[in-house]
Amino acid sequence: MTAAESILAGDRLALSRLLTQVENGTPEGRSALDMLFKNTGHAHLVGVTGAPGTGKSCLVGQIAAVVRKAPNGVLRSVAIVAVDPSSPFNGGAILGDRVRMRDLAGDPGVFIRSMASRGALGGLATATAGVVQVLDAAGFDLILVETVGAGQSEVDIARLAHTTIVVETPGMGDDIQAIKAGILEIADILVINKADRPGVENTERALRVNLELGYPNGGFHTFLESGHITPEPPVRMEEDSLWTPPVLKTVAIESLGIPELVHAIWAHRKYLARTGLLEQRDRERLEHDFEILLQERLKADWLGSTDEAKKEQTLDLVYQRQLSPGQAVDRLVR
Amino acid sequence: MPEKRIRVLIAKPGLDGHDRGAKVIARALRDAGMEVIYTGLRQTPEMIAEAALQEDVNMIGLSILSGAHMALVPRIIDLVRANGQNEVGIFVGGIIPEEDVSALLAKGVKAVYGPGTPTSKVVEDIRSEFAAG
Repeated sequence: MTAAESILAGDRLALSRLLTQVENGTPEGRSALDMLFKNTGHAHLVGVTGAPGTGKSCLVGQIAAVVRKAPNGVLRSVAIVAVDPSSPFNGGAILGDRVRMRDLAGDPGVFIRSMASRGALGGLATATAGVVQVLDAAGFDLILVETVGAGQSEVDIARLAHTTIVVETPGMGDDIQAIKAGILEIADILVINKADRPGVENTERALRVNLELGYPNGGFHTFLESGHITPEPPVRMEEDSLWTPPVLKTVAIESLGIPELVHAIWAHRKYLARTGLLEQRDRERLEHDFEILLQERLKADWLGSTDEAKKEQTLDLVYQRQLSPGQAVDRLVR
Repeated sequence: MPEKRIRVLIAKPGLDGHDRGAKVIARALRDAGMEVIYTGLRQTPEMIAEAALQEDVNMIGLSILSGAHMALVPRIIDLVRANGQNEVGIFVGGIIPEEDVSALLAKGVKAVYGPGTPTSKVVEDIRSEFAAG
């Protein structure tokens, strides 16, 4: 039986070993990905991102726990991919996200895999997309991808995930932070975790005012002249044609607000399906994967077919300031 | 970019709450360029074996200060082997009486490290074990 066949048959050790092959970029990993590709496209992919210490791991564990309790009578299997940073100096890493997910231990419907970022800077590892494809093919219904603790511009997750959750906490920044470009823009769902802490009202107001500017017709909350916001019904965007990211408050460590968050995830999935965006995002992601591989292949082919000595000579001319790097490329690539 | 890294699970089975040693080892292995999956305190043998399976680790380090090593370690070894991970090396750190060390080694533990072991020794052992496997 090939690795791909074992995985389709539900062999967890084969799955785990293939994930390593994919992560290491081995030929075995590549060929298994090729074989499994036709089995992908069924899982709902959810990205969870936010600054270090906002409680992403805990939240991911809690989401998985609620989904596994089958709140709507539908039991779904869950895979979790948790990315932590690699050292830029020696490549080592501490992958500590499992510490926060201990409640899931012993559930055969859950599979947790930790990944080191291995030098990638967008919040994920280069191989995360491949790892997610394998888990998708293995039949997991929901795949939660937790990014490296992200700051402002680590937005790769939005391309990978169907639903992107951005996690904030009280006291993390003012209304100027809320209107900056970057990570807040990619949120399909905004979560204020640790919502039992002081300052939660200010964080909520800053995020809502910012959303109000981005979604003038969203209309699920009303901005009053006094500067206050009316309390809105929690998540009622199913019937709206435009998705307005809900702002949800959670206390992950006490399991508060999690069922509402899970409800919002499936509401977003329905919205994507209804508007055709699910298919569109899927196409965009695959086109992006294709382009990355194309770039890698063209570069590798070119490097393999180029005279090393000629490349060195041309680089020497650049070092002597006789050619610009641009002219050097022009000279070498015809 | 294709690369292969040593993956090590560091776990604290049982009920003692002293994780300083486990964290020092985790940090030393990180600084040696390894990917260390740290699972935290109060893990059951089942939780450790499951984590080792899902993470496809090359090595498992168990830190035990409670005195329950003769109950916990053989059980973990059995579970890991039952999962089909026959090649995964297991090492133990903590307060292990002399007479138990040989029993653990006989059960298949690669090495037992007591207080005062230089972290460089653990790093070297893991590297040579990995190179041999």
